[in-house]
Amino acid sequence: MAPLEELTLAWQEARRDRAFRRELADLLENYCGRPTPISYAARLTKHLGGAAVYLKREDLCHTGAHKINNALAQCLLARRMGKARVIAETGAGQHGVAVATAAALLGLRCRVYMGTEDERRQALNVYRMKLLGAEVVGVDAGARTLKDAINESLRDWVANVASTHYVLGSVLGPHPYPAMVRDFQSVIGSEALLQIRKQRRSLPRLVVACVGGGSNAAGIFTAFVPYRQVELVGVEAGGRGTRLGEHAARFAGGAPGVLHGTRSYVLQDHDGLIVQTHSVSAGLDYPAVGPEHAWWHDSRRVSYVRVEDGEALDAFHLLSELEGIVPALETAHALAYVARVAPRMGSGDAILVSLSGRGDKDVTEVARLEGVAL
Amino acid sequence: MSGRIERAFTRARKAKRAAFIPYITAGDPTPGRTVVLALALERAGADILELGVPFTDPIADGPTNQRAAERALAGGTTLSGVLGMVRELRYSTELPVVLFTYFNPVHAYGMARFAVDAAAAGVDGVLLTDAPVDEAAMAHEALQRVGIELVLLVAPTSTRARVKAVRRLAGSFVYFVARAGVTGARASLEEGLEEQVRLVRKLTKVRVAVGFGVSTPDQVTQIAQFADGVVVGSALVERIGKLGDVPELPGEVEALARSFAVATRRK
Repeated sequence: MAPLEELTLAWQEARRDRAFRRELADLLENYCGRPTPISYAARLTKHLGGAAVYLKREDLCHTGAHKINNALAQCLLARRMGKARVIAETGAGQHGVAVATAAALLGLRCRVYMGTEDERRQALNVYRMKLLGAEVVGVDAGARTLKDAINESLRDWVANVASTHYVLGSVLGPHPYPAMVRDFQSVIGSEALLQIRKQRRSLPRLVVACVGGGSNAAGIFTAFVPYRQVELVGVEAGGRGTRLGEHAARFAGGAPGVLHGTRSYVLQDHDGLIVQTHSVSAGLDYPAVGPEHAWWHDSRRVSYVRVEDGEALDAFHLLSELEGIVPALETAHALAYVARVAPRMGSGDAILVSLSGRGDKDVTEVARLEGVAL
Repeated sequence: MSGRIERAFTRARKAKRAAFIPYITAGDPTPGRTVVLALALERAGADILELGVPFTDPIADGPTNQRAAERALAGGTTLSGVLGMVRELRYSTELPVVLFTYFNPVHAYGMARFAVDAAAAGVDGVLLTDAPVDEAAMAHEALQRVGIELVLLVAPTSTRARVKAVRRLAGSFVYFVARAGVTGARASLEEGLEEQVRLVRKLTKVRVAVGFGVSTPDQVTQIAQFADGVVVGSALVERIGKLGDVPELPGEVEALARSFAVATRRK
């Protein structure tokens, strides 16, 4: 607990410190390439025949996903706290790559924990992290996915807390992480709100994002939460089916529980044991969800829906073919929901989608699933 | 109120030794073996038994205890199953039992219902590994009502303010984590451990048991000189894992535990 208190204080000091904010803003602009644009998806809109679809292009961030926003900020914070080593967990590998990148930029030592099942699915990202000078440690326990990588990161952190900062990648874990990560990701929504207003002179009717832990969703939703006329939808991984263990849809199949230091919706059995999850996308394959999403769910500000593997794969192809953007499989879940609802909406309405990451990392896995030899 | 734990510490002190507190994971290697192993540990000289409730995501445990939890879960061990084991144990012994559990199984069981059932089964203390003292007030109240004491962890990184917060909720003892990190055998003890234990005792005004990483009789003897109790876990769990469910398991575990029990003597 003492390390969490130390971190809370350091974060609160940093966010008040103009020099810290300026350095972060400078890196986001001149290193990551922010602000990222929003693109009007003309051919997708025409194909779906309903609402106009806009994409918030987090895939254009350096390293190819929104994860860099939080990774850079936390690594800056680590340096400020005098910690020379950072550790991180990763599922899809995007957070791991982002932390390895930020660590390289700021001269920090970096170790990334990754479930061995995810290492297999995201082999390209494993090698990318190594190229960036990070040490990648495979976690061969439990489901061998994100949850188990978080377990191992927490164990490392408690043993090395004096020298090490744990860069948690999503709006998960004990306080201050959920609030801090949401804060660092909220740049997505603040930019998007201004951009869409400028392009359309109005707010979108619907904002959609995929929800694993929920960082890109929290990042884009936060700015829109006060605007009650904007409907917000989070898309969870429906996996292979509705049976417990076949999916990662916490709101559909979970119950309140405590995992990794936070109380939220958790996929668990009758005895409080955490169940295995399944999703085609490693980044959504997690049995709990950020606590703020649980709050948004219970207060009915955000609705949460599920999209199964097959539908996500269809959307993966659809966006690639119609817009020339290969999306991450995580993001493809959000796009699949858009494909479901856009035709039922009027042509005067707009949908804003958080295009959280690009899909280069998923190309080999999709080819394998479709039986294509590369 | 927590009579059995209190009496165990007093008895050990009168015998000029630290209380010996062995840890095993309930249901490891199989659910049917736990009561037999507990009785073997009592014969070996255990003063208090710490019984781990297996959990899928044991973030405070090293690989040895993780694997034990996996074995126990594979055998179908659940929290209510563990309460059944304690109930069965109570037919044969008054050995105090502290459950070492993660919070979620208790949360799913329901805190109030858990407290009542645990008391009825004969549980004396409950340690909620991943519930910090800030969040422990509700658990403390539910457990206190049925005469079970809450056992709280104090880490080397705990601030004075936190140790004082622990004091308000602590029962007859607190559990001091011998070094920052997770459970599991270690080659050497942390420097300054003695001063830290004395400070914790001064701040909490209760007994201090030391655990995490204590794995040889020599380490037990060193700690026994200044701590009120010594917890030995991974060394026993590792032996159980290595032997598996064989007929000589209780005898082997008893012999190993005895080597730790005799090491608790004060010079």
